[in-house]
Amino acid sequence: MNVVVCAKQIPDPAAPQSLEASNNLNRSGKLILDEADTYGVEMALQLVDAAGSGEVTVVSMGSAADVAGLRNALAMGAAKAVIVSDDALRGADALTTAKVLAAAIGRLEPDLVLAATESSDGYTGTLPVQLAELLDLPSITFAKKVTVNGATISVERQTEAGYDEVSAPLPAVVTVTAGVVEPRYASFKGIMAAKSKPVEILSVADLGLSDVVAAGTGQEVTRVVAAEARQSGEKYVDDGDGAQKIVAFLESIKVI
Amino acid sequence: MTLTSLWVLAEPSNGSLSTASLELLSAARGLASNVAAITWGDASAAAGLAGEYGASTLYSVGDLGGALPGAPVASAIARLVETHGAPDAILIPTSYDGRDVAGRLSAKLNRTVLTNVTGLADNGGLETEHPIFGGTQSAFAHFTGEAPGIVVVRAKSFAAESAAGAPAAIVEAPTGELGASGAARVVASHVEERTGPQLEDAAVVVSGGRGLGSADKYSMIEELATLLKGAAGASRAIVDAGWVPYSRQVGQTGKTVKPTVYLACAISGATQHMVGMKGSKNIVAVNKDPDAPIFQIADLGIVGDVNTVLPALIEALRQRA
Ligand SMILES: Cc1cc2nc3c(=O)[nH]c(=O)nc-3n(C[C@H](O)[C@H](O)[C@H](O)COP(=O)(O)OP(=O)(O)OC[C@H]3O[C@@H](n4cnc5c(N)ncnc54)[C@H](O)[C@@H]3O)c2cc1C
Repeated sequence: MNVVVCAKQIPDPAAPQSLEASNNLNRSGKLILDEADTYGVEMALQLVDAAGSGEVTVVSMGSAADVAGLRNALAMGAAKAVIVSDDALRGADALTTAKVLAAAIGRLEPDLVLAATESSDGYTGTLPVQLAELLDLPSITFAKKVTVNGATISVERQTEAGYDEVSAPLPAVVTVTAGVVEPRYASFKGIMAAKSKPVEILSVADLGLSDVVAAGTGQEVTRVVAAEARQSGEKYVDDGDGAQKIVAFLESIKVI
Repeated sequence: MTLTSLWVLAEPSNGSLSTASLELLSAARGLASNVAAITWGDASAAAGLAGEYGASTLYSVGDLGGALPGAPVASAIARLVETHGAPDAILIPTSYDGRDVAGRLSAKLNRTVLTNVTGLADNGGLETEHPIFGGTQSAFAHFTGEAPGIVVVRAKSFAAESAAGAPAAIVEAPTGELGASGAARVVASHVEERTGPQLEDAAVVVSGGRGLGSADKYSMIEELATLLKGAAGASRAIVDAGWVPYSRQVGQTGKTVKPTVYLACAISGATQHMVGMKGSKNIVAVNKDPDAPIFQIADLGIVGDVNTVLPALIEALRQRA
């Protein structure tokens, strides 16, 4: 079974973030593999293992100036990576990104495409399903458990009330939530092997999408303003009276 | 007013419509004179509520035959746009199925999507507001292309207020040919037992974080929620650790809540958590670290150990019950 995992290199979410003058996220610093994508990589490796044959390909879009994040996925065990990198893609919206990834993934004819439910930096949360629609594939989002049986994929999908058992024929697009599997740490051997694994860099023109990308996104940020800050109230060090303070507060706002 | 027509995805929920859908209908009728809703499943049950909250028409996709809603509902909406003309925008709640519909529809219509929206205004066209960087800043955006704009709005961004409208007129909205894209089927549904109100609808939310120390301590959070007739929530740290299901998560990647009071227990107050709860009317925090960021937004802060403060609070509330 051949599995494609959509993965993104993002600015470290723990570091302070800022916008460029264009109102795009400043991505000029060091980029890392989005932690949200490590679950998809791990899941893909486990599914290929269980199937007994096939490989995992990581597909990405973004700056290819530094591909350490993708090498990280290769070190975990993915066989190769493809990244579409092009100045024309700056400020691309989720739909444009989906068109680019669809073109890159279509060439690989995978049995399964995995993605995170959303990226940690942009968190639009629609890309995987846009991708599924463009590839004319079924999609199952918010998977908390995934099993493949022959040409059918079965997923436990998170719902408001609990979970649904959902199945679809392969090929399909599935998004996984954090915590579905425990992503492995890359071994020393894995890290060494990753250095010689192929990372293919494609341009928009390579995919025949120059016109599509030039058409623009259809959305624009007009302004960014500081949000109103909330004021803090009283703070007490608990002297055995903390609970009573809370009770009195709840009474004062008539909750009890 | 520059907006004339808005459509709202009205999601079925327990034989009714989801609260988030009613919030969107309430917002839509304040922005445009012509509001229609789109639903699936039993439309006759939903027409009263959709009308009451401001929709004049209810487009009914009908029974989905066990399919996940994303593909068939998006297909039906795309056909409506073809046959009835495009509204200015289509408003969709941020939910599991809502995001699926939005993604499918975007690709079908070749229109961009604006997501994580918490505010809407008519500013020479539809203007959307998006909290960024953990809600410390707001970005405002608009569509520059052809209608309809597709907007995915977070729950609790608007109040759900009845307009006492007459039932909406039901119009059939069949799906087109789906092919492989519509092949995902729900085989079985599992409902986790739950008592008390839903997290988003509760007047009191008691949330626990990593500082609880272990999964079994979460029972204190649940007991407090029950005693206060509220709902139990969580930080992402303990969702990722597998202590509680994702549906309990409050924050950027979880739910937005705006209860009368939010009780944050052993939660540090990361911006990604606070963006989901700082709209609460009152905030109480219990944390043993006096410098925990959560205290910066708490109306009442108790610097203390949850292992002593929470049992004492449970005991005090029990005695009042
Ligand atoms: C892209 C992205 C999205 C995210 N989305 C979310 C989200 O939606 N929701 C969310 O919650 N987080 C989210 N996070 C994670 C967030 O950044 C924090 O890591 C998380 O909220 C921390 O959870 P916590 O407060 O429970 O744990 P910690 O930050 O570890 O805090 C634990 C707190 O407990 C206190 N404590 C310890 N022991 C005790 C005790 N005995 N008594 C009292 N207090 C004690 C400590 O002082 C500390 O303040 C996101 C992160 C990223 C990068």
